[in-house]
Amino acid sequence: MQGTSIIPYLLSLVLAPLALGVINRVKAVFAGRKGQPLLQAYFDIFKLLRKGAVYSRTTTWIFRAGPVVSLGAVLLSLTMIPWGGFPALLAFDGDILVFVYVLGVARFFTVIAALDTGSAFEGMGASREVLFSAIAEPALLLGLVTLARLTSGWSLSTVLPGVSTATWIMAGASLSLLCLAWMIVFLAENSRIPVDDPNTHLELTMIHEVMVLDHSGPDFACILYGSSLKLWTLGALLANVLVPVRTGSAFIDILATIGGVFALAAVTGVIESTRARLRLLRVPHLIAAAGALSVLSLVLLVR
Amino acid sequence: MIPSMWPIVGLIAAGILAGLTRSSAKVSGVVGAFGAILSSAAGIAMALRMLLKGTPEQGVVEWSLPWGSLPFGVDALSGFFLLVVYLLSLLAALYGYGYMAGKPPGRTGMSWLWFNLLIASMATLFVARHAVSFLLAWETMSLASFFLVGFENEEKDVRRASWIYLVATHLGTAFLLAMFVYWGTAVGSFDFAQFPRIRDFGPYAMGIVFVSAMLGFGTKAGFYPMHVWLPEAHPAAPSHVSALMSGVMIKTGIYALLRTITLMGDPPPWWGWCFVGIGAVSGILGVVFALAQHDLKRLLAYHSVENIGIIALGMGLGLLGWSYRQPAMMILGFSGAVLHVLNHALFKGLLFLGAGSVLHATGCRNLEHLGGLMRKMPITGTTFLIGAAAISGLPPLNGFVSELLIYLAAFRGATQQPAGLVIPSLVLIGSLALIGGLALACFAKAFGVIFLGEPRDPRIGAAHESKWMMTLPMLILAAACFAVGLGGVLIGPVLVLVVANITALTPEVVAGDSEWLRTTLWGVAFAGAGLFLLVGLVTAGRNLLLRGRVVSRAPTWDCGYAAPTARMQYTASSFAQPITLLFATFLRSSRHGKMPRGLFPAESSLETHVQDAAVEKVYTPAFLFIRRLFERMRVFQEGRVHVYVMYVGVTLLLLLFFAL
Repeated sequence: MQGTSIIPYLLSLVLAPLALGVINRVKAVFAGRKGQPLLQAYFDIFKLLRKGAVYSRTTTWIFRAGPVVSLGAVLLSLTMIPWGGFPALLAFDGDILVFVYVLGVARFFTVIAALDTGSAFEGMGASREVLFSAIAEPALLLGLVTLARLTSGWSLSTVLPGVSTATWIMAGASLSLLCLAWMIVFLAENSRIPVDDPNTHLELTMIHEVMVLDHSGPDFACILYGSSLKLWTLGALLANVLVPVRTGSAFIDILATIGGVFALAAVTGVIESTRARLRLLRVPHLIAAAGALSVLSLVLLVR
Repeated sequence: MIPSMWPIVGLIAAGILAGLTRSSAKVSGVVGAFGAILSSAAGIAMALRMLLKGTPEQGVVEWSLPWGSLPFGVDALSGFFLLVVYLLSLLAALYGYGYMAGKPPGRTGMSWLWFNLLIASMATLFVARHAVSFLLAWETMSLASFFLVGFENEEKDVRRASWIYLVATHLGTAFLLAMFVYWGTAVGSFDFAQFPRIRDFGPYAMGIVFVSAMLGFGTKAGFYPMHVWLPEAHPAAPSHVSALMSGVMIKTGIYALLRTITLMGDPPPWWGWCFVGIGAVSGILGVVFALAQHDLKRLLAYHSVENIGIIALGMGLGLLGWSYRQPAMMILGFSGAVLHVLNHALFKGLLFLGAGSVLHATGCRNLEHLGGLMRKMPITGTTFLIGAAAISGLPPLNGFVSELLIYLAAFRGATQQPAGLVIPSLVLIGSLALIGGLALACFAKAFGVIFLGEPRDPRIGAAHESKWMMTLPMLILAAACFAVGLGGVLIGPVLVLVVANITALTPEVVAGDSEWLRTTLWGVAFAGAGLFLLVGLVTAGRNLLLRGRVVSRAPTWDCGYAAPTARMQYTASSFAQPITLLFATFLRSSRHGKMPRGLFPAESSLETHVQDAAVEKVYTPAFLFIRRLFERMRVFQEGRVHVYVMYVGVTLLLLLFFAL
């Protein structure tokens, strides 16, 4: 751990909501609209932070704990992602698993907070969320094993910076499959099309949005900020592999990763504009395909 | 006699006293429960002393029957399992004292007899060093738990469950008997000290022993497809007994497998593959079946199958590391498996006690009727939540630490060369990740449906929190889940001793090979502390913002619908439905009822049942066949005692004839 590692961490905290703005701007361009301001997510969060709160009479402390625990867990997972040439704030052999399971903590608390309201709609969203992420987890982990095999490390801070242009030349096929698999995981975990539509207005078809229907005020700000941070965390993970710029100059490396995350956001926007959402029954097949791709990328390495 | 056997004597004495004083529920309860508590406390102290000092004990008990002297001993492996048994027994006894109050006196007294005998037999099993004493303890354990399962034997389901259990456990014992007879006659002695000589008889003999150990001990442990007794027996037993059976009794199977491996040594790779295969199947199918259950205790029982699968996965990688000479992987695999034994005892014990508390308060185990208990039973609810998070492997709780060790073993294997090592490791990573995700789904369902929302049945509304005898053990177990989750570093040295014991290495070698693990365990503790800190900061920030603002209570937003009722909430079955649909091939659920028809549907209903494929396709046909076979032998059943005595005499004569 280095003192300077706090720089990329703080940058992530500040820039994360902007990625949402990029997605929405790309979608607006595709639809021929002017679209909301790039900084809309920041405005929303600050507006919510200034409000009071309404809690359902059915709920207990679980409902109030949900948003703060989820945000805390995502904040912790972000400390384990190294980027921009800096080691991560928290790095040790095996932090890969802490990273994956801390995201599990965030999910668990979002889900039980949803169930705490006793609303059938929120139960529906929770049920879908746990299924999709249960299938996405092997894909994410097996992908990390591919990288661990390539770079012989057990920590995100050795595995991710270990991917360089040389690695791409040596194991390009395997890394491409991995990136494809993680792209699907990225879309699924962040509730984007083709898995979930963040803009839908029908509660029956929602996943993430319906789970947070009852939250309001600062709690809802935590949720909004938490999901933008999660998008950033998984985006930075993928950008580290996709854009392996390791010049040693902090400025260029940081810019490269930020560019990578925003490019991913733009791609997400393109996918959301050009693809339809899958039927809910078909979604597990897509995510399972991500798992299969991860396995393939590993098999190519084992030979 | 060795000192570690004194708690066993205490347990037996207290049990018999409780049985003798059964006419008074009060006296027998006090004698039985507090005898168990005191003996267990003494046992914990002795086991801890052994594990910290690390000096094995040896001793011999002289006996006048054949196989005269029976050796007993305690090493790190026994010491660890003794610690787990006594720890959970102590808490289960205290809980049971509160739980059994108000049950019929005579039966309560007898149940304390069986309860204490169950603990005593498990402890004896761990110190036995001779096939005869081992099998005696094994059989006592099976019978004691059979009587405990049949506690409420006026109910048909309970009688059926206890019979299934009795048959299953004896089928397992049959394999063990064959194994020990084969092993003992091969090496010429039933003393465990002579057992390692099986190595001289080549891989074929070792293979026979290994397969029969897997079948015999695997039945007790609950490996798929020998698990069928678990989901029957656990729900039928009183909850503190289920906690003990699921938390520690099934681990005697794991202990015995570890002991068998220790005695044989030098495993071929296919043993490891066997364990990984069985572990992956038990783990995934265990959690999938758990998801489909409506009965809370059945759900927990299937999760035992899942967790035994995780333990088997760890043991498999430990064995593979051994076969392929990868010491780091071997140590990680075995320590993960051994630590998961402790962890599963802690959180599954906690969850069964919680289930008992819910059952005690509401009289209902059916998830579809429960709901909203968090407000009525805050201690049970909060501790159940901690247990649920722990069993889902979430940090900073204990389940995560043992799963982390097993994952790390697999990472070692996945980055090595031979395919025999890489493929099992990949199977493990994939299945453990899937198991983790599905377990989270299942416990989000269980916790959410029982404790959150509104009661789905008005009768639940009168529920109340249990008394301190029942809540205190749950609080202690919940605290222990945190303690192991954050203090993994402190447990490291104990695991080193146990693994050194299993693999016949010196503790120094094991400690040297796992030195780097300290950093990882410190990292986990640090991350856990970081999680608390961050959540604390966010909570403080939120509360600060809300101070002085309008915070109001309102009904749940139901998308505009004005009159929602509690029956409209999402149920356990509907929550699990997408997952059960995905795994329909294994689940074979049957549904019947009247679907709503037409524009103005009248009364309609839906019932779903999940049949275990192993029962339906394998056991039922097999037992029907056996029944037909044995019906022909009914001519021998006269029902008169003297005829049976004659049978015994004739058999003895025949045996003598063959022997001469």
